[in-house]
Amino acid sequence: MTRSSQQLWHFHGGLKLDSNKAMSTRTPIIKASLPERLVLPVQQHIGEAGQLLVKVGDKVLKGQAVTESSEYISAPVHAPTSGTVVEIGEFPTPHPSGLNTLCIVIESDGEDEWIELKPTLYPNTKSPSELRQLIRQAGIVGLGGAAFPTSVKVNPGPKAHIETLIINGVECEPYISCDDMLMREYAEELISGCSIIQYIVSATHCLIAIEDNKPEAIQAIKTVIKEKALHTIEVVCIPTLYPTGGEKQLIKVLTHKEVPSDGFPSDIGLLVQNVGTAVAVHKAIVLGEPLISRIVTITGNGVQQPQNIEVLIGTLISELIKQSGGYHEDASKLIMGGPMMGFTLQTDHLPVIKGSNCILVENTQAEAPATMPCIRCSACATVCPAQLLPQQLYWMASSKKFDLIQDYHLFDCIECGCCAQVCPSQIPLVQYYRFAKTEIWNQERDKIKSDHARVRHDFRQARLDKEKKERAEKLRKKKELLEKKKMAETAAKKEDTETEIDPKKSAIEAAMKRVQKKKEAKLASDENVNEK
Amino acid sequence: MSILVAIITLTVISTIFGVLLGYTSVKFHVEGDPIVDKIDALLPQTQCGQCTYPGCRPYAEAITSGEAGINQCPPGGEATMLALSDLLGIEPVALDEEHADEPQKTVVYIDEQICIGCTLCIQACPVDAILGAAKQMHTIIENECTGCDLCIPPCPVDCIHIKTVKPEQDTWRWSLPASTETAPKA
Amino acid sequence: MTEYALILISTIWVNNFVLVKFLGLCPFMGVSRKLETAIGMALATTFVLTLSSICSYLVNQYILVPLDIIYLRTIMFILVIAVVVQFTEMVVHKTSPVLYNVLGIFLPLITTNCAVLGVALLNTQEGHGFLQSVFYGFGAAVGFSMVLILFSGIRERIAAADVPEVFQGTAIAMITAGIMSLAFMGFIGLVN
Repeated sequence: MTRSSQQLWHFHGGLKLDSNKAMSTRTPIIKASLPERLVLPVQQHIGEAGQLLVKVGDKVLKGQAVTESSEYISAPVHAPTSGTVVEIGEFPTPHPSGLNTLCIVIESDGEDEWIELKPTLYPNTKSPSELRQLIRQAGIVGLGGAAFPTSVKVNPGPKAHIETLIINGVECEPYISCDDMLMREYAEELISGCSIIQYIVSATHCLIAIEDNKPEAIQAIKTVIKEKALHTIEVVCIPTLYPTGGEKQLIKVLTHKEVPSDGFPSDIGLLVQNVGTAVAVHKAIVLGEPLISRIVTITGNGVQQPQNIEVLIGTLISELIKQSGGYHEDASKLIMGGPMMGFTLQTDHLPVIKGSNCILVENTQAEAPATMPCIRCSACATVCPAQLLPQQLYWMASSKKFDLIQDYHLFDCIECGCCAQVCPSQIPLVQYYRFAKTEIWNQERDKIKSDHARVRHDFRQARLDKEKKERAEKLRKKKELLEKKKMAETAAKKEDTETEIDPKKSAIEAAMKRVQKKKEAKLASDENVNEK
Repeated sequence: MSILVAIITLTVISTIFGVLLGYTSVKFHVEGDPIVDKIDALLPQTQCGQCTYPGCRPYAEAITSGEAGINQCPPGGEATMLALSDLLGIEPVALDEEHADEPQKTVVYIDEQICIGCTLCIQACPVDAILGAAKQMHTIIENECTGCDLCIPPCPVDCIHIKTVKPEQDTWRWSLPASTETAPKA
Repeated sequence: MTEYALILISTIWVNNFVLVKFLGLCPFMGVSRKLETAIGMALATTFVLTLSSICSYLVNQYILVPLDIIYLRTIMFILVIAVVVQFTEMVVHKTSPVLYNVLGIFLPLITTNCAVLGVALLNTQEGHGFLQSVFYGFGAAVGFSMVLILFSGIRERIAAADVPEVFQGTAIAMITAGIMSLAFMGFIGLVN
């Protein structure tokens, strides 16, 4: 059933962008060939990294967990194929910093042998908390890009009541088409995943939001819904506008509700999940397969065959490019993610991680136009989907007024890049916001550290003072004791003098007597000798 | 006559006010200076003494009394100076030239092959970040080390070395975009 | 009633103490760098101005006039204001640390504020009655607060902007104050 009367609203601002999606949707999703070597970063999600479960030389099977964590906000990582752990060490991973992080390197044995899977064919026979546990064990994180552990997200707490589950198939960023292709080819799995999540959070209905530039996907899903005669799941076709795919923006469009600035969608009875995540949930529960692969869009004018590939997590990007016909000669820039929110990669020797949705190869040779001074045109404020004042944020970030910038709600910025896109002076606004955000986090970390150091310093000071006092006390007691002794002695002396027996004198006398005796004895003996 | 009235009135009123103020200042006397705590809270608590005061709190007290400037904290760098200027409402002062760069976070480590277990460094550490006992090998608890380097001079065998803290993905920071923008020159 | 309303409007807009009468300029320039401190200063000034106009009225009416020593007004008012401010500061410090955090450091500053003495003297000069004096003092304080807070808001933004080098700092603040003053002069048109 589709309510054609589903009313839609608008969020503030937004941009109509050239979608450039067609270039990668011409061919169906292909399966990447099994790579020889997989590099698995231990941390691919928001939250705590897990502890290693394997060591170098261990044999692992496909789908075997290689990390685990006791922290709540965490997700394990699984071996994407069977093989041997050949190395555990620091390797570069896709991150704007370009820094290395702990990775497990697995050499494939070519068998691709699964670990024993435990499918749950009828999810409704299990309790929601059991299903959440399965999702956690499968290592599922949000596949839209943020990589927040899904098991946490589908547990909104006892107080929150989720009314509507929103499945985000918007995919508003240009070039990216992995969700589009996923919806076309995995519609059945998607619907199954939606039902499972809906059951877990006991949402009364489920909306699948898709932009109107993906008619094939809409058709595919509608067909499945019709076939299965599902009444609580509904496809909503929404107008194409960037960034409708943002969680808060999508909620606004569908429900006219606003998520509170420091709140979550669950506060207003909503839960938003990406389509990829829903399919991953289906696989994890119905098939028992953990999250070991994902669909990645390889696209852009700098690559020979733009397409969508289903790849194992940990496959190197260079390998994917090779399977897409290689680079064009004029390829100039490698971007992870889309052109709006993605970040530049310095090398292609990086593994695909759970949150990687797109590899964009650009071929623009022209240098970016030089930044000009801000002319305060406020075009940025007009397009800002979070209704912020990008210009004010820019001034404050550039003059490092980090207190003030938070009053202007820097942390509501979703870094969608609309402001930078429309800026007539080509100011890289988002970079300023990212700078301010990481600076503020850093200050917070420093603050915690310095508070900790203060406590330790104060404790040490108190300890030293206590020790000093104790020592002084001991010394005083000793002195007292000594004094008492002395007093006693002098008292005794006094007594002695009173009885007129001077011990010293008597000692001397005794000694003199002894000497006298000795002398006499000697004398006597001498006399004896003389007599002889 | 009128001048007498004026003198008397003024004297009487002044005396009354004087007594009143004197009484209140005794009666409503408040111990402690909350501003020192506020300043102390902004300081990085390395207790390194590079400000020429023996620790962060003494420096905070010195700032309060106007004895010390707000630009004497090298570990805090520019951020601390700006925070202090904000708190105290004074104009930001340029840092000493040698500390103008962003301070790099460092910790120390003990070369355990050389350590003779003299405990001198333990006594120097302001935050109890060194673990060890007499004639036993010592080690630094890296998480607790503030990088004050106070333990280095007492070491008789020079086995304590400085290392910079490696940036990690979690703690990595975006840099301020290199501004090609120029403020309109006069 | 209209009389008091008129006094308020006059002191807040038309004869604004800072921008039209140019009284109390030191805190206006000095404490307007941050919005937070400006608000604290504004609150403290409102408090002191109202209180001091009451006290000085009483002193004038019941001590100076009967004794015929009105020529001692200036010196007497300074004394009274200083004592009142000091007294309140100490009491507030002890009794309400929260309020002291807001007003504390500003109270002694205001003691020597010319607007405070100005209000007291103008009150007697214009022959205001008790209630009139109170409203006059309060109105002046509200006008001062409003202008101070507006100005600090502007300055906070200017601090982040790329001001031409020669105008940076106090220079641009002066220019801003001048433009604000011009704007407030416009309220004189209200009178006609």
